[in-house]
Amino acid sequence: MAYSEKVIEHYENPRNVGSFDKNDPSVVTGMVGAPACGDVMKLQLKIGEDGIIEDAKFKTYGCGSAIASSSLVTEWVKGKSVDEAATIKNADIAEELALPPVKIHCSILAEDAIKAALDEYKSKQDK
Amino acid sequence: MNYFELFQITPSFDIDTANLAERYRELQRAVHPDKFANESEQQKLLSVQRTAQVNDGYQTLKNPLRRAEHMLSLRGIDISHETTTVKDTAFLMQQMEWRESLEDIKDSQQADELIDDLYQSFAGFEKTLSQLLATLLATESDENNLSAADQIRKLKFMAKLQDELARVEDSLLD
Repeated sequence: MAYSEKVIEHYENPRNVGSFDKNDPSVVTGMVGAPACGDVMKLQLKIGEDGIIEDAKFKTYGCGSAIASSSLVTEWVKGKSVDEAATIKNADIAEELALPPVKIHCSILAEDAIKAALDEYKSKQDK
Repeated sequence: MNYFELFQITPSFDIDTANLAERYRELQRAVHPDKFANESEQQKLLSVQRTAQVNDGYQTLKNPLRRAEHMLSLRGIDISHETTTVKDTAFLMQQMEWRESLEDIKDSQQADELIDDLYQSFAGFEKTLSQLLATLLATESDENNLSAADQIRKLKFMAKLQDELARVEDSLLD
């Protein structure tokens, strides 16, 4: 199966790979996994007091599409408010990366990683 | 298609694999297309279809993960084609750590020891999950079925880890 140029570009030059200090109170983490392929994805967001996502980092063990999907969302969420970031849909990711149907679950995983990180943000806010 | 019925085996996660293999050989002989060479076209076609079913059934029941999935599908829960996301953070953190350990192997001076340690860790964790899965599948209830599905998902991650470890080990031999 051929990967699209955009997937290859993100795969070869992944943006924002790495981790933040998880003890930093402004950092939230979304951990998700896809049993079908065994992919594991960690997305961390650094969120300012104004609710704007200042920075994002990811670490993904999986196929090229999973890495490209997470790399892309770190670019997309930066500078967005948490409410705006919550509107990112897997279909947008799949379209941007021209993912074939068998790789749609990679974009679902990336969307779920954003949701998981934002869930942690909300539970921290409620405290 | 209930493969346990086809192979006349009591539905259970713990099956006698030697018995399964024996049943497989018997069924294979009984439905083999060669036996129907002089029969009608319809009989021949049926024999080919049944042979495919027997082969499918054997592959399904032989593999513990696929056997467990088949048991759940007979109870109306199909997870073989799902795209569910797992969100169990503690479990995923452990997966992440193991993936990192796999990455460290190739630069390590003690690669062989690391590989042995990981094989043992993976096997130990897999055994725990499998035992829990067997217990959950033994007593059918909605709650147990859902929990069994979770264990199967986790076992899929473990299968992937073991594949990756085998791949790393192979790459060191090159």
